[in-house]
Amino acid sequence: MSPRAAWRLESLGFGDVYDYGAGKLDWMAAGLRTEGTNAQRPRAADVARRDPPTCRLDERLGDVRARASAAGWAAAVVVNEQGIVLGLLRRKELDGDADLPVERAMRPGPSTFRPYVAIQEKATFMEEHRLESSPITTSNGKLVGLLLREDAVRVARDLQDQAPVAADERT
Amino acid sequence: MPREIDRDEVQRLLAQGAQLVEVLPADEFEEDRLPGAINVPLRRIDAEVDGVLDGSRPVIVYCWDAA
Repeated sequence: MSPRAAWRLESLGFGDVYDYGAGKLDWMAAGLRTEGTNAQRPRAADVARRDPPTCRLDERLGDVRARASAAGWAAAVVVNEQGIVLGLLRRKELDGDADLPVERAMRPGPSTFRPYVAIQEKATFMEEHRLESSPITTSNGKLVGLLLREDAVRVARDLQDQAPVAADERT
Repeated sequence: MPREIDRDEVQRLLAQGAQLVEVLPADEFEEDRLPGAINVPLRRIDAEVDGVLDGSRPVIVYCWDAA
Protein backbone atom coordinates (compact mmCIF):
# COMPACT_ATOMS: atom_id res chain seq x y z
CA MET A 1 0.00 0.00 0.00
CA SER A 2 2.72 2.51 0.89
CA PRO A 3 4.55 2.21 -2.47
CA ARG A 4 1.34 3.21 -4.27
CA ALA A 5 0.89 6.11 -1.88
CA ALA A 6 4.47 7.24 -2.47
CA TRP A 7 4.06 7.12 -6.23
CA ARG A 8 0.75 8.95 -6.06
CA LEU A 9 2.25 11.72 -3.95
CA GLU A 10 5.05 12.10 -6.45
CA SER A 11 2.56 12.36 -9.28
CA LEU A 12 0.76 15.07 -7.33
CA GLY A 13 3.93 17.14 -7.31
CA PHE A 14 5.72 16.11 -4.12
CA GLY A 15 9.35 15.92 -5.09
CA ASP A 16 10.97 14.34 -2.05
CA VAL A 17 9.01 11.22 -1.15
CA TYR A 18 10.24 8.18 0.77
CA ASP A 19 8.61 4.82 1.41
CA TYR A 20 9.25 3.16 4.76
CA GLY A 21 8.34 -0.22 3.31
CA ALA A 22 8.96 -2.29 6.44
CA GLY A 23 6.43 -0.02 8.11
CA LYS A 24 4.71 -0.13 11.44
CA LEU A 25 5.53 -3.78 12.11
CA ASP A 26 9.24 -3.14 11.78
CA TRP A 27 9.03 -0.08 14.02
CA MET A 28 7.14 -1.95 16.72
CA ALA A 29 9.34 -5.03 16.43
CA ALA A 30 12.30 -2.81 17.26
CA GLY A 31 10.55 -1.86 20.49
CA LEU A 32 10.26 1.79 19.54
CA ARG A 33 7.58 3.99 21.04
CA THR A 34 4.23 4.31 19.33
CA GLU A 35 1.17 6.45 19.88
CA GLY A 36 -2.50 5.51 19.82
CA THR A 37 -5.01 3.61 21.92
CA ASN A 38 -2.90 0.44 22.01
CA ALA A 39 0.17 2.31 23.20
CA GLN A 40 -1.24 2.42 26.73
CA ARG A 41 -1.54 -1.36 26.94
CA PRO A 42 1.48 -3.27 28.22
CA ARG A 43 3.33 -5.26 25.63
CA ALA A 44 5.89 -8.03 25.91
CA ALA A 45 8.81 -5.62 25.79
CA ASP A 46 7.39 -3.55 28.65
CA VAL A 47 7.33 -6.54 30.98
CA ALA A 48 10.38 -8.46 29.77
CA ARG A 49 13.49 -8.26 31.89
CA ARG A 50 16.18 -6.47 29.96
CA ASP A 51 19.22 -7.92 31.72
CA PRO A 52 19.04 -11.72 31.44
CA PRO A 53 22.32 -13.63 31.56
CA THR A 54 23.68 -14.31 28.11
CA CYS A 55 26.36 -16.69 26.94
CA ARG A 56 28.12 -17.94 23.83
CA LEU A 57 27.97 -21.31 22.14
CA ASP A 58 31.45 -22.37 23.22
CA GLU A 59 31.16 -21.62 26.91
CA ARG A 60 31.16 -24.37 29.52
CA LEU A 61 27.69 -25.06 30.86
CA GLY A 62 28.87 -25.13 34.46
CA ASP A 63 30.34 -21.64 34.13
CA VAL A 64 27.12 -20.27 32.69
CA ARG A 65 25.05 -21.95 35.40
CA ALA A 66 27.23 -20.42 38.11
CA ARG A 67 27.00 -16.98 36.54
CA ALA A 68 23.24 -17.17 36.09
CA SER A 69 22.69 -18.49 39.60
CA ALA A 70 24.84 -15.76 41.14
CA ALA A 71 22.64 -13.20 39.40
CA GLY A 72 19.46 -14.89 40.65
CA TRP A 73 18.47 -16.43 37.34
CA ALA A 74 17.40 -19.94 36.35
CA ALA A 75 17.81 -19.23 32.64
CA ALA A 76 20.34 -17.85 30.19
CA VAL A 77 20.05 -16.81 26.56
CA VAL A 78 22.59 -18.02 24.03
CA VAL A 79 23.55 -15.26 21.62
CA ASN A 80 26.23 -14.58 19.04
CA GLU A 81 28.45 -11.50 18.85
CA GLN A 82 25.64 -9.55 17.20
CA GLY A 83 23.22 -10.36 20.00
CA ILE A 84 21.19 -12.71 17.81
CA VAL A 85 19.40 -15.41 19.79
CA LEU A 86 20.69 -18.89 18.95
CA GLY A 87 19.38 -20.86 21.87
CA LEU A 88 17.97 -20.87 25.37
CA LEU A 89 19.05 -22.53 28.59
CA ARG A 90 16.14 -22.96 30.92
CA ARG A 91 16.36 -24.61 34.33
CA LYS A 92 16.34 -28.11 32.86
CA GLU A 93 19.19 -27.39 30.42
CA LEU A 94 21.22 -25.47 32.99
CA ASP A 95 21.11 -28.47 35.28
CA GLY A 96 22.91 -30.63 32.71
CA ASP A 97 26.49 -31.88 32.74
CA ALA A 98 28.67 -28.95 33.82
CA ASP A 99 31.39 -29.86 31.33
CA LEU A 100 29.13 -29.76 28.28
CA PRO A 101 29.62 -26.85 25.91
CA VAL A 102 26.57 -24.63 25.77
CA GLU A 103 26.06 -25.55 22.14
CA ARG A 104 25.28 -29.17 23.09
CA ALA A 105 23.19 -28.37 26.13
CA MET A 106 21.00 -25.56 24.86
CA ARG A 107 17.50 -25.69 23.48
CA PRO A 108 18.22 -24.54 19.92
CA GLY A 109 15.96 -22.19 17.99
CA PRO A 110 13.61 -21.30 20.83
CA SER A 111 10.30 -19.64 20.01
CA THR A 112 10.78 -15.92 20.17
CA PHE A 113 8.24 -13.15 20.24
CA ARG A 114 8.21 -9.60 19.01
CA PRO A 115 8.23 -6.76 21.54
CA TYR A 116 4.83 -5.42 20.52
CA VAL A 117 2.80 -8.54 21.39
CA ALA A 118 0.12 -7.68 23.96
CA ILE A 119 1.05 -9.05 27.37
CA GLN A 120 -2.34 -10.70 27.91
CA GLU A 121 -1.90 -12.67 24.70
CA LYS A 122 1.64 -13.63 25.67
CA ALA A 123 0.68 -14.69 29.19
CA THR A 124 -2.02 -16.97 27.85
CA PHE A 125 0.37 -18.52 25.35
CA MET A 126 3.05 -19.12 27.97
CA GLU A 127 0.58 -20.75 30.33
CA GLU A 128 -0.90 -22.96 27.62
CA HIS A 129 2.53 -24.07 26.47
CA ARG A 130 4.05 -24.20 29.95
CA LEU A 131 6.89 -21.92 28.97
CA GLU A 132 8.97 -20.72 31.92
CA SER A 133 10.52 -17.97 29.88
CA SER A 134 10.58 -16.67 26.36
CA PRO A 135 13.09 -14.45 24.56
CA ILE A 136 11.76 -11.24 23.11
CA THR A 137 13.59 -10.26 19.95
CA THR A 138 13.51 -7.75 17.16
CA SER A 139 12.35 -8.97 13.75
CA ASN A 140 15.95 -9.78 12.83
CA GLY A 141 16.41 -11.95 15.90
CA LYS A 142 18.31 -9.58 18.18
CA LEU A 143 17.65 -10.08 21.88
CA VAL A 144 15.53 -7.40 23.54
CA GLY A 145 14.89 -9.17 26.83
CA LEU A 146 13.63 -12.32 28.47
CA LEU A 147 9.99 -12.53 29.46
CA LEU A 148 9.30 -14.70 32.51
CA ARG A 149 5.95 -16.41 32.68
CA GLU A 150 5.46 -15.31 36.29
CA ASP A 151 5.87 -11.66 35.24
CA ALA A 152 3.60 -11.98 32.21
CA VAL A 153 0.85 -13.72 34.18
CA ARG A 154 1.06 -11.25 37.07
CA VAL A 155 0.73 -8.20 34.81
CA ALA A 156 -2.05 -9.81 32.76
CA ARG A 157 -3.99 -10.63 35.95
CA ASP A 158 -3.50 -7.11 37.27
CA LEU A 159 -4.97 -5.76 34.05
CA GLN A 160 -7.86 -8.17 34.26
CA ASP A 161 -8.54 -7.14 37.87
CA GLN A 162 -8.57 -3.48 36.89
CA ALA A 163 -11.04 -3.98 34.05
CA PRO A 164 -14.24 -4.38 36.17
CA VAL A 165 -13.33 -1.29 38.20
CA ALA A 166 -13.06 0.75 35.03
CA ALA A 167 -16.46 -0.57 33.90
CA ASP A 168 -18.04 0.34 37.25
CA GLU A 169 -16.65 3.86 37.01
CA ARG A 170 -18.44 4.41 33.72
CA THR A 171 -21.87 3.67 35.20
CA MET B 1 11.24 8.76 -7.87
CA PRO B 2 10.17 7.53 -4.40
CA ARG B 3 12.91 5.70 -2.57
CA GLU B 4 12.44 2.89 -0.06
CA ILE B 5 14.17 3.55 3.22
CA ASP B 6 14.81 1.67 6.44
CA ARG B 7 14.08 2.54 10.05
CA ASP B 8 17.38 4.30 10.67
CA GLU B 9 16.81 6.56 7.72
CA VAL B 10 13.27 7.28 8.87
CA GLN B 11 14.62 8.52 12.17
CA ARG B 12 17.32 10.56 10.48
CA LEU B 13 14.86 12.24 8.11
CA LEU B 14 12.39 12.94 10.92
CA ALA B 15 15.15 14.66 12.87
CA GLN B 16 15.64 16.84 9.81
CA GLY B 17 11.97 17.82 9.66
CA ALA B 18 10.42 15.25 7.34
CA GLN B 19 6.67 14.67 7.43
CA LEU B 20 5.46 11.21 8.38
CA VAL B 21 2.27 9.88 6.83
CA GLU B 22 0.43 6.68 7.66
CA VAL B 23 -1.68 5.62 4.69
CA LEU B 24 -3.74 2.96 6.48
CA PRO B 25 -7.43 3.46 7.33
CA ALA B 26 -8.22 5.74 10.27
CA ASP B 27 -9.17 2.95 12.72
CA GLU B 28 -5.76 1.32 12.36
CA PHE B 29 -4.07 4.67 12.71
CA GLU B 30 -5.97 5.37 15.93
CA GLU B 31 -4.82 2.10 17.48
CA ASP B 32 -1.10 2.27 16.68
CA ARG B 33 0.92 4.86 14.85
CA LEU B 34 4.46 6.12 14.73
CA PRO B 35 5.04 9.19 16.91
CA GLY B 36 4.15 12.40 15.13
CA ALA B 37 2.53 10.71 12.14
CA ILE B 38 -0.53 12.10 10.43
CA ASN B 39 -3.14 9.96 8.73
CA VAL B 40 -3.92 10.25 5.06
CA PRO B 41 -5.48 6.94 3.98
CA LEU B 42 -4.44 5.79 0.53
CA ARG B 43 -7.93 6.16 -0.86
CA ARG B 44 -8.16 9.73 0.38
CA ILE B 45 -4.80 11.03 -0.77
CA ASP B 46 -6.22 12.88 -3.77
CA ALA B 47 -8.91 14.55 -1.67
CA GLU B 48 -6.94 15.31 1.48
CA VAL B 49 -3.36 15.98 0.60
CA ASP B 50 -3.80 19.65 -0.25
CA GLY B 51 -3.26 21.80 2.78
CA VAL B 52 -2.17 18.86 4.92
CA LEU B 53 1.29 18.21 3.55
CA ASP B 54 4.01 20.76 2.93
CA GLY B 55 5.43 20.25 -0.55
CA SER B 56 8.72 21.86 0.40
CA ARG B 57 9.59 19.20 3.00
CA PRO B 58 10.37 15.50 2.58
CA VAL B 59 7.44 13.10 3.01
CA ILE B 60 7.75 9.57 4.41
CA VAL B 61 4.83 7.22 3.88
CA TYR B 62 4.27 3.88 5.60
CA CYS B 63 1.66 1.21 6.24
CA TRP B 64 1.95 -2.09 8.15
CA ASP B 65 4.72 -3.72 6.15
CA ALA B 66 5.82 -4.52 2.65
CA ALA B 67 3.24 -7.28 2.14
